[in-house]
Amino acid sequence: MAELLDVKNLRIDATAYPEDGPPEDITIVDGVSFQLGRGRVLGLIGESGAGKSTIGLSALAYGRGGVRITGGEVILDGTDILKLSPRGIRRVRGAKVCYVAQSAAAAFNPAHRLGDQVVEAALRHGVLSREEAHERARYLFDVLGLPDPDTFGKRYPHQVSGGQLQRAMTAMALLPSPDLIVFDEPTTALDVTTQIDVLVAIKRAIEETHTAALYITHDLAVVAQIADDIMVLRHGKTVEYGTTRQILEEPRETYTRELVTVRQVKKEEAPDQSQALLKIDHVNARYANGPLILDDVSMHVPRGQTLAIVGESGSGKSTLARVITGLLPPESGRILFKNEPLPASLPERSRDHLRKIQMIYQMADTAMNPRHTIRQILGRPLTFYFGMHGQEKSRRIQELLDQIELGKGFADRYPAELSGGQKQRVAIARALAAEPELILCDEPTSALDPLVADGILTLLTKLQRETQVSYVFITHDIATVRAIADSVAVMYLGQVVRFGPKSQVLSPPFDDYTDLLLKSVPEMKVGWLEDVLETRRMESGGR
Amino acid sequence: MRWRSIPVSAWIGMAGLALALFCAVFAPWIAPYGERQVVGDIWMPMGGEFLLGTDNLGRDLLSRLIYGAQTTIFVALAATVLSFSLGVLLSFTAAVVRGWTDQILSRFNDLMMAIPTLIFALVVLAVLPQRLWILVLVMAVLDSTRVFRLGRAVAVDIAVMDFVEAARLRGEGHAWIIFREILPNALTPLLAEFGLRFAFAVLFLSTLSFLGLGIQPPEADWGGMVKDNKDGIIFGVPAALVPGAAIAVLAICVNLVVDWLLNRTSSLKGARGDG
Repeated sequence: MAELLDVKNLRIDATAYPEDGPPEDITIVDGVSFQLGRGRVLGLIGESGAGKSTIGLSALAYGRGGVRITGGEVILDGTDILKLSPRGIRRVRGAKVCYVAQSAAAAFNPAHRLGDQVVEAALRHGVLSREEAHERARYLFDVLGLPDPDTFGKRYPHQVSGGQLQRAMTAMALLPSPDLIVFDEPTTALDVTTQIDVLVAIKRAIEETHTAALYITHDLAVVAQIADDIMVLRHGKTVEYGTTRQILEEPRETYTRELVTVRQVKKEEAPDQSQALLKIDHVNARYANGPLILDDVSMHVPRGQTLAIVGESGSGKSTLARVITGLLPPESGRILFKNEPLPASLPERSRDHLRKIQMIYQMADTAMNPRHTIRQILGRPLTFYFGMHGQEKSRRIQELLDQIELGKGFADRYPAELSGGQKQRVAIARALAAEPELILCDEPTSALDPLVADGILTLLTKLQRETQVSYVFITHDIATVRAIADSVAVMYLGQVVRFGPKSQVLSPPFDDYTDLLLKSVPEMKVGWLEDVLETRRMESGGR
Repeated sequence: MRWRSIPVSAWIGMAGLALALFCAVFAPWIAPYGERQVVGDIWMPMGGEFLLGTDNLGRDLLSRLIYGAQTTIFVALAATVLSFSLGVLLSFTAAVVRGWTDQILSRFNDLMMAIPTLIFALVVLAVLPQRLWILVLVMAVLDSTRVFRLGRAVAVDIAVMDFVEAARLRGEGHAWIIFREILPNALTPLLAEFGLRFAFAVLFLSTLSFLGLGIQPPEADWGGMVKDNKDGIIFGVPAALVPGAAIAVLAICVNLVVDWLLNRTSSLKGARGDG
C-alpha cells in the first residue's frame, strides 16, 4: 500500500534582511524526506530553529511569514499538494490535513463558543451537516475525556482550563476525519499533571480515528510516548530517522545521544541543611482582596545551598518569590534573613537588603531592557551598589562575562543580538554583579532548549561552588529539581505539601499530590504512558 | 551612522526643513523686500517683479513668506517640544508611580480634555496679555493633554515588564525608571506622534491667528497670511494658496524625517517591533 504522506527532498527558503548589505536567501530546511503511513505517528524533534514547525506546516503547503517552499515534493494520498492551485490547497487544509497549534489559548477566538469554532472548518468544507458535526463533536469531546461532552461546546474559551482548551483544539482537528493531523508542540505550555491527560487523550483519539499524525516537540520523553517513528532535526537537516525504540535505545548520531542522555548535571545533596540563610515563617499572602494565594507557608533556604520549589501553575510559587523580594508584602507572617526580620515591603528595605537578594527571570528577553547594551546592563548594578566607574567598572564587567563563559565581544552588543541561552547567562551575570547572598531563579530554564538549559544549570552549580551563593529555584520540572536541589518544597494550591532535603522529599512514602506529580513526568522510554494508565486503572479499579 | 543608509525620502524632508530654517534665520538678508513694506498693487499676479505676486495690501508675498517662516516654525516647534516634555514627564510619572498620583493626574487631564481646545485657548488668550511666550505656553499646555494620553498608555505597558521590575528590585528611583528604562522603549510611538503634533501646532497657530489671537498683524505668519488673502480665492487669485502650500510642505517634510527616525529606532537591534 502506498504511504499516505510522502515528503521527498523538501527544501524551504526564507529571505533574511541583514543590518548591512542586501537581502539574502537562507535555507531553513534542506533535503528532508520521510514517509508516513495511515494510522502512524511520526515525531519531529529538535531544538528551536531546527525547522520542525516549518516542516510540519509544509504538510499543509503553508509557509509562515515570508517562508517559501522552493524544492521537493509533498505527496499526500497520491497528489503533490505543492503543485495544487490555491483553491485546491484550500480544499486540503482543514479537511484532509488539520493543524493543532501550540497555544490553544491564543488560537481560539475568545468571542465565540467552543462548539461553534470546533465545527467551523468541517461545515465550511461541507464535510458534514451541522447536526452531524455537532454530534461528532460531542463524540470527540467524550473520547478526549472532556467534562460534560453534551454541554462543553456551549462554553467560551475563557471558561475552560488550558489543558481542556488544548483537547478542544484536538477535537477541532479530528472533526472532519482528516487523513493527517499536524500537532505543533501541543503540550509544551501545559503543566506536567495536565500534560499527561492531554497526551492520553491525543493517543486515544489517534487510535480511535485511525488518522496519521506529525507530532512536533522538543521533548524527547513526550514524543516517545506517542510516536512510532522519530526524526531528529538540527539546523534544518535530518540528523537521524528511525523507529522510536531505535532512537531511544541505540541512537547512532552524537547529537541524538546528547538529546537522549540530557540532564547530566548532578549535584550531591549537602549533608547539613539546618543553617538557614532565609527563613519563611508562616506567611499568608493575597493580591488586593482576592483569595489567599499563600496559605501558611513555612520553609527555609539553607546557606550556600539550593532550595527548589516545585508545583504547577497556580500553586503560588511565583507569588512566594514576590513576597521574598518585597514586591508583595505578606498579610501575616515574617521573613527572616540571616535571623533578622526583613522589612515587608520594597520601599522599606535598605539598598544593602536589595543588593543581597537578586532575581533571575524566566524570560530573559523581557528581563533586560532591549535598548541597553550588555555593558550598560551589567554596569548599572556596579555603579548603583558599589559606585564603580571607568577602568574599574570595565574590568569587573569583563570578569563577570568571563564567569558566565561569554567571550570578549559581548559587552557592546544588545540583548536581541544574543541567543536565548546567552541572554539568560547575561541575566545571571547581572544578578552576580550585585554580589548577592541569595538569588531567586524563577523558572530560568523552562523557556530554553534542553541542551542549552543543561548548560545554564551547570553554570549555576559552578557559580554556587565559587561564590557560596544560595538559590531559590522555582520550577515545575522534576528533572531540574533532581539535578540541582539540596532542599525541596512541593507546593500545591498555595500550601506547602512537602518540605525537606531532596532525598527525603523525593522518596516514598508520598502524599497523594507528590505521587501524582512524580508519576506525571514523562520518562524517556517506550510504553511509559501505557504503564501509567495501567497503574491508574488498577488503582481506580481497586477502590 | 552611515550617510548611505539614509533613504531618499528622509533627504527630501531634511532638505525642506533646512530650507525653511535657513529662511527663518536669515530672513532679513534674503527677503527681497521688507516684511511690512507695501510695494505694489494688491494681488498682483505671480512672475515679473514679484516672484509670488503681492498680497491683499500690496506687500510682496515671497518676502512675507520668508519672514513668516520665522514665527510659524519657532512658535510651532517651541510649543510642540514643550508639550512633549510636559506630557511625557507627567504621563510617565503617572504610569510609574500609579496610585493617587496617577488618579489625580489622569482625572485632571480628562478634565482639561473635556473642554474644547479652541474655546479654552480663546478664553485664556483673551484674558492673558498678548505675548509670544504666553501663546507658546498656552498651546503647549493644551496640546500636552494628548501627549499625556498616549504617553501613559505606552508607559503602562512598558512599566509592567520584567526589566522595569528588575530595576525596582535593584532600588532605582523613579527618575531612573522613567528616563533610562521606559523612555528609550517608548520613543517610537512618541516620535510618530511628534511629527503629527507639529503639523497640528502649525495649523492651530494658524487658526488662532485667523481668529485674531495668535500672531498679531502686521507681523507675518503663514496661517495669518492664508486668512488675509482668503477673499482673493473668490476672484481667482492664488495668493492664499501659497502660504497654505508652505504649511503643507513643512508638515510633510517633518513627517518624512520622523518616519525615517521611526524606522531607525524601531529597527535598532533591540527592537521591540513597532507592530
